[in-house]
This record gives sequence, C-alpha cells and structure tokens, in this order.
Amino acid sequence: MMVDIYDFYDKMERNNIMLSFKGDITSELLTSILQIMESKLDTMQEEPKIKKKVYNVLVECLQNLYHHMDEIPRSLNGASITTGDGENIRSAIFMIGKLDNQYNIITGNYILTKNVEVLKSRLDEINKLSKEELKDFYKAVLNNGEMSEKGGGGLGMIDIARKTGQKLNYHFMAVDDTYSFFSLNIKIAQ
Amino acid sequence: MERIVIEGTPKTPTINFDMATGQLEIRGRSIPENSIEFYKPLVEHLERYAGKPQANTNVNIQLEYFNTSSSKCILDVFKKLEAIHKGGSAILINWYYEQDDEDMLEAGEDYQAIISVPFKMIEVAE
Repeated sequence: MMVDIYDFYDKMERNNIMLSFKGDITSELLTSILQIMESKLDTMQEEPKIKKKVYNVLVECLQNLYHHMDEIPRSLNGASITTGDGENIRSAIFMIGKLDNQYNIITGNYILTKNVEVLKSRLDEINKLSKEELKDFYKAVLNNGEMSEKGGGGLGMIDIARKTGQKLNYHFMAVDDTYSFFSLNIKIAQ
Repeated sequence: MERIVIEGTPKTPTINFDMATGQLEIRGRSIPENSIEFYKPLVEHLERYAGKPQANTNVNIQLEYFNTSSSKCILDVFKKLEAIHKGGSAILINWYYEQDDEDMLEAGEDYQAIISVPFKMIEVAE
C-alpha cells in the first residue's frame, strides 16, 4: 500500500480527529456516523448545550454532502477512483475533531466548476450578515414557500452560520477544467 | 374520527394525532434526509381535519433535534393549523424546549413570528 499510514495517524492525532470518513455518503452511513458521534459526545460528558449544537451542525454538514455533492467520473486528475460501481461515482470526505476546546467539522466534496460562483456568492452573502440579520434571513427563506428538489430548501448554511455564531470558512480548488473541490471548515466554540 | 400514529425512529419523530379529541403530538428527533415524504401523511390528515375540526386543538411539539429540511415541513404543518385557527376553531401550539437549549427556543420563536396562532413556550428539565 502506497500510503504512509503513520503520517496519516500522526496528523489525525495532532488534530485530535475523533472520526473521519471518505467515500459515498449514504443515508445508512449518516445514521451510523450520527450514532457514533452521539455516543462519543456522551462518553466525553459534553455539556448538553454544546452536545446539541455539535450534533445539529453535524447533521446539516453531512446532509449538505448527501444532497449536494456532485458526481465525478471514475478517473479524475490522474487518479483512478475505486469507490462504488458504474461510470460516475459519489465521493466526499468528512472529519470531526476537538482541539483547544473547539470542535472542528471539516467536509470536502467535488463540485462542478460552473456552479462554484453561485455557491461562493451565497456563502459570502451569509458571511456578511450579523446575528440579527441571519435570524431575519433564516425566517425569510423558511417562509418563501420554496422547497428545493433535493429537499434542503436552502436553509442549511444559514442555520450552520447562525448556530455556530461564526463565519463560514470555505475554500475552492480547481481539480481540472470541469471539476473543483469545495471544502468547508466549521468551528464550534465552547 | 380517526387517529394517526407514527412510531419514532432514530431519525424521525413519534407522531400522534387524535382527531376525535383534537390532540396532536410530535415528539423526538426529526432529521430525515427526505422530510417531505415523512410529513406528507400528517399534512394530508390535517387537510381533512380542517374540514371538520374540534372546537379546540391542542398541539404539543417536543423535539430534541430537527434539521433544516424538517423545518420547512413543520412550517407547512403550522400553516394548516393557522388556516383552521382563522376558520374559528381555537388552536394552541405548545413548544417544548430543554433548559439551556437556546437554539430550540429561538426556533420556536421563529415560528411564532411567522404563524398567527397562539404559542406557548414551555421549558422542561434536561
């Protein structure tokens, strides 16, 4: 295996990663991850208030991946991807850790480069808003009567920003002409 | 009059709607990926109930977690209740939140601001 496993382990240890996953995000996987994280938070005897916040934000982050990750061709950027069957695959990465009394949820997924601008401007729009403005924006979107075909309704990112009280820290990286990689780092302070 | 009972799962709440007594209860977690499908039966029953509602309808919402996908469906449920309330039958929505769970209290207040139905915010011990 061409991977330095100790290097992986060391990085995860230093960042105090509690759980990480790479691959397709299915409904069953979400159920398992949430069960594992809930029992970890219980074991850590986390304050109920923080536990709820982490769990809620985790649900939104994971369901964002579930609903919105773009499929990619099996061969991309010189790497042959072996997850799943068929021509196109769904693959994403997710990590959660706790460092310096702060939870970090990191997600990464492929996105069609042509959709980057729309997502970026949406995230920038949310990042400009104050606590009160976020509350008003949330209510406006909640009550606009629209439900996206993916069922999200466009509230996920607003809810994450509102519950964490922090800016959405994101990054886009071009992978090739068609695909980019979108990463999001959400912090939940105690 | 009938009754609709849906047992809770790790991702969906328990729903108990007794149309004969006008008692509606939603309790547990509501974090399904497809919330529209989950709430459809309740929304349909409420549409029928609206044709012949009880004089008083008491609604208890006691959620531990809910995702943003459910939040739109819960609003749909409340809109059906609002229509019944406007039609002259009294509706009361009791919104339960655990002590210190400010996010859940705020979520209730968001609905209260949108829906013209009396809300009662009830704090419960953790």
